[in-house]
Amino acid sequence: MTNGEKLPVIWLSLSTCTGCSITVLNSTSPTIKNILVDEVIPGKHLYVRFQHAVMASSGELALGEIRRTVQGKGPFVLVVEGAIATAQDGKFAFMGEKDGKPRTQASWIEEIAPKALAILAQGTCASYGGIAAGAPNPSGAVGVSKFLKMRGINTPVINIPGCPPHPDWFVGTVATVLLGGLPKVSDIDEFGRLKAFYGKTIHENCPRRAYFDEGKFARKFGEPGCLNELGCKGPVTHADCPIRLWNHGTNWCVGSGGLCIGCVEPAFPDLLSPIYVKLTDASIPSVIESRKE
Amino acid sequence: MGHIVIDPVTRIEGHLKIEAVVEGGVVKEARSSGMLFRGIETILRGRDPRDAQHYTQRICGVCPTSHSMAATLNLDSAFGIADKIPDNGRIIRNLILGAAHVSDHILHFYHLAALDYVDIGAVAGYEGNDPALLSVKKFALEGDPVPFLPRYKGDYRLSKEQNLAALSHYLQALEMRRKGHEMLAIFGGRIPHNNAIVPGGVSEVPTVDKIASFLWMLNELRDFIDSVYVPDLVMVAQAYKDYCEIGRGCGHLLSYGNYDLDGKVADYGKRKRLLASGTVDSSLRLEPLDTDKITEDVIHSWYQDVPPLQPLEEKAPEPQLDKKGAYSFIKSPRYKGQVYEVGPLARLAATYVSGDPTAKASVDGALSKLKASPKALFSVAGRHLARALCCKIIADSMPAWLLQLKLGEPAYLPYTIPDEAKGMGLVDGARGALAHFIEIKGKKIANYQCVVPSTWNLSPRDKDGHPGPVEQALEGTRVKDEANPIELVRIVRSFDPCIACAVHVVTPKGNTRGKYIVS
Repeated sequence: MTNGEKLPVIWLSLSTCTGCSITVLNSTSPTIKNILVDEVIPGKHLYVRFQHAVMASSGELALGEIRRTVQGKGPFVLVVEGAIATAQDGKFAFMGEKDGKPRTQASWIEEIAPKALAILAQGTCASYGGIAAGAPNPSGAVGVSKFLKMRGINTPVINIPGCPPHPDWFVGTVATVLLGGLPKVSDIDEFGRLKAFYGKTIHENCPRRAYFDEGKFARKFGEPGCLNELGCKGPVTHADCPIRLWNHGTNWCVGSGGLCIGCVEPAFPDLLSPIYVKLTDASIPSVIESRKE
Repeated sequence: MGHIVIDPVTRIEGHLKIEAVVEGGVVKEARSSGMLFRGIETILRGRDPRDAQHYTQRICGVCPTSHSMAATLNLDSAFGIADKIPDNGRIIRNLILGAAHVSDHILHFYHLAALDYVDIGAVAGYEGNDPALLSVKKFALEGDPVPFLPRYKGDYRLSKEQNLAALSHYLQALEMRRKGHEMLAIFGGRIPHNNAIVPGGVSEVPTVDKIASFLWMLNELRDFIDSVYVPDLVMVAQAYKDYCEIGRGCGHLLSYGNYDLDGKVADYGKRKRLLASGTVDSSLRLEPLDTDKITEDVIHSWYQDVPPLQPLEEKAPEPQLDKKGAYSFIKSPRYKGQVYEVGPLARLAATYVSGDPTAKASVDGALSKLKASPKALFSVAGRHLARALCCKIIADSMPAWLLQLKLGEPAYLPYTIPDEAKGMGLVDGARGALAHFIEIKGKKIANYQCVVPSTWNLSPRDKDGHPGPVEQALEGTRVKDEANPIELVRIVRSFDPCIACAVHVVTPKGNTRGKYIVS
């Protein structure tokens, strides 16, 4: 895109808890106000035409914003939050009506996805199915990439996993696209996410790592020591939380004495549960194997 | 006769459809439909009970903290440690929940509700030098100010100065709600979806630096609540005085209360809480809560009808999408067979009627500014006012809690998971009465159930044909322009709906929630 260009964005909230919207409200540099109102990168302005949590309009008036974007000539970006429900022809998840009948969310993706410049899969549900796809997956929830493959749609997808993702991961992925277009293959890992944010394990950068190396383990919450014995999933989880920190650098899961639960991984949640049970050497290969699917 | 369909209702959590049949300009019949099903409780079966804290937060990313509280209270009760949580653990849980509610209530008024009352078009005429407003003006004048336009046409009644002030506060409130989350993260680690609230207490002991930073972030939020949020609400309510009568609803309120002031009573329904539990009717009579009287039916929900069973003993009935007469994935919880509304209004009313001096002073003070009687609380404006006053009462209470924390003492109690147990966790979440139930067999979840605020408020008609609280609040409303039903979205949003929360369970018709013994 050229300087001064306005890039329309459609943000669809599907089988989601809306946490992936709320997390973006927590962005600090840029703020959510900057993202919505200002040139988020000098000369480049997002036009967020449809975003369920913040938009003024409702009903048909709101859906009209999707139509004018999809039917318009210019490029647009689709952000998908939440998994796509596919069981029973998608009839576990609706948005709007068609011919007086509820319209499935899956049918919206079928219509919009082929026309989008690119799709950002915001969060673990949109990336890989996530919690909605936890066994026995009652609604047949799948991530965007899998759904597009099922439907033979070839639009490029960039995954921004995390339950929810850190706002910087979303903003950083958007900035990557605005500055240089689609990321190079070498910048993306085998699970479709930017290496810049998901390149190293939690364990590699954890401030409690020294305890692990010395063999000092916490036996209950509130104790110093590595949290491995309590069930921490940091050794198999790829994200920069320990150095980036959450909520404007305030803290992070392990910083509050809690566990890393592996929420950015394709294996989340099934292969990373039970949460409070120590990862066994035997379970680690299966977690890594699942990530290769 | 007109037929209005609003689908999707935006600026709420989740997928809600509102349908209204209008006759002579007045809503004759209204229907509220939840349009998304995920089945989180089905997913929970067979898992480690402790995982429920994390899975149930993913029911809702707007109010995850409330679910983490209900889930851990539920697990504490099942593990037999409900009355043994260290005070540090109880207090830090209160602080985490309090930070969530303060942030969430600010978000609701400014970012989810205010665009129905504030004309942001006024920014085009802004002539001051505030950089934030000037940047919004520049954006507006470029001609495509999405997602703030389009919007419903309507009676935006504030003056130009009031609109500009409110818009400025909308922007300021974005920072404030974010700071509320940052305050939460001090003890909670991160938000959305904290990992710090665990069965037995919390995952980290208090330290003096955390107490100090929490206190000073809180001071900034309290200033905003006192000097901006509450005055703005009164200003809007004065300009939209008729909304002190519009959207009355069912006139029955139900609260579980929240913020345990004493953790030594095992029965959550009998605990001393900052905001009180109980039921309140429209003549302001308070009665104690009896959780045995909660029933649910699915007669108008997309689930197969099944015979009544004891709680936690039923099998999850199958969704049935072609069921005749069904129009929602939400079911119909009822109390003593009647329709009850839940939310900040319910807990504030229960606290007010109980004679609590702080609640009484704040409610009476606000009502006198509006020259209104307590009856006006049962309305669109009343719900917003109650939310703001709850926000203030919680924020004002937290400094004393911070000073009650004992450095060097534990915040967590170890426990063992029983082979078999039942539990119940009760707390008022941001959006109202939230109950989690668990049955454990072989140290695994045999059954997990949540009865959630928006299930109460957005419920469809029940077996007796009584419409749910939002449906009742909509019926009888005058709609000036059927193409721009702004009156209806104002009513719906006053309940702060959360549809992902409302639709997550499958519970059979007429299911009586029998006795729970919390030991």
